[in-house]
Amino acid sequence: MNGVHDMGGMDGFGKVEPEPNEPMFHTRWEGRVLAMVRAMGAAGAFNIDTSRFYREALPPHVYLASSYYKKWLLGLEDMLIAKGFVGKAEVAQGHAMEPAKQLKRGKFTVDDVERVMVRGKFGRDAQAPAKFKAGDRVRAKNIHPTTHTRLPRYVRGHVGVVERDHGVHVFPDSAAVEAGENPQWLYTVVFDGAELWGPDADPTVNVSIDAFEPYLEKA
Amino acid sequence: MSEHDHDHHDHSELSELELRVRALETVLSEKGYVEPAALDAIVQAYETKIGPHNGARVVAKAWTDPEFKRALLENASKAVGALGHVSRVGDHLVAVENTPGRHNMVVCTLCSCYPWEMLGLPPVWYKAAPYRSRAVKDPRGVLKDFGVSLPNETEIRVWDSTAETRFLVLPMRPKGTEGWSEEQLAELVTRDSMIGTGFPKTPGAPS
Repeated sequence: MNGVHDMGGMDGFGKVEPEPNEPMFHTRWEGRVLAMVRAMGAAGAFNIDTSRFYREALPPHVYLASSYYKKWLLGLEDMLIAKGFVGKAEVAQGHAMEPAKQLKRGKFTVDDVERVMVRGKFGRDAQAPAKFKAGDRVRAKNIHPTTHTRLPRYVRGHVGVVERDHGVHVFPDSAAVEAGENPQWLYTVVFDGAELWGPDADPTVNVSIDAFEPYLEKA
Repeated sequence: MSEHDHDHHDHSELSELELRVRALETVLSEKGYVEPAALDAIVQAYETKIGPHNGARVVAKAWTDPEFKRALLENASKAVGALGHVSRVGDHLVAVENTPGRHNMVVCTLCSCYPWEMLGLPPVWYKAAPYRSRAVKDPRGVLKDFGVSLPNETEIRVWDSTAETRFLVLPMRPKGTEGWSEEQLAELVTRDSMIGTGFPKTPGAPS
């Protein structure tokens, strides 16, 4: 979706302000939110792409005005309600009032913690031969899906060069809407600055994205 | 014992968000979806097991062991996995090397993708709009915000983490560190130098 989360190339957000000696969590609740998202994801309530989609789907003014972990909390609440794991009234009351829904991998317990500390595997077997190889010129398609996509707006319609082939990965656009993993070839595609930002761009800048094959066409 | 069972705060001091988070946590626990102690353990694991010290060890090893460096640039997941003593990375780690001619910088314009296992959880600035919006368009301007400047002719390569691949920058080894051990070198490797928004510390300079 063409949401405010797709920030590459936007102006007006001001300077980057690093915080010296930043703590891992600024308040206790931030850690609890992170833990709930990881636990419910690992228990099978949702996949990572769906959770990203719910954060992106927050109203633009809410997205922009919320801290990182507040976005995680709001996305998590919306997602768990939409999927029937919790009720709106339960969230408002802070107590369970309805029977639980079965989790795909069951209750998340201490024994499962080790598992969430290792990143998931997204590589899959190829369903078809790769259409592109390193060195190929490709155009990022001018597409505007209204659901989750990992093709940022700032590259759409622009021509780049395939640099690396990462094999076949779960396709987020499908996984986010629970339409299956639909694995696709994944490539690093490099664009030069002027191609993306015009003749005034810094000539020493090159930008790459990792692009799934359905995002690309031969150029 | 579960931290959840303690109540360190006076309720009047709890923010609206803290209450909202507690409410959701209570619902998830009462419905039998999560064990509160498991949430404590996740938080604790993030606070203690991951962090830039993992990435720093990998970088220091690459600086001292040419064979490891070759393997790291070839397949970082495999190379780091073979070390065994750092945290376990997923399958899709990519290490990119800074050279006198090229400086690499990593961003996630769409959200906050970051090599957690190597660097810990990302800092707020990495997840916030100023960095995400400008890193791909004006990386030199962004570096200036960090007090970092590069020669005008140095290529800047920005890696936008748009998939499940994760990028670790291999910074250049600081001069004046000949003969240093891996442990000594690891002390010089900063988090930002592995994102590409900083350089490693210089020997002898105040940190």
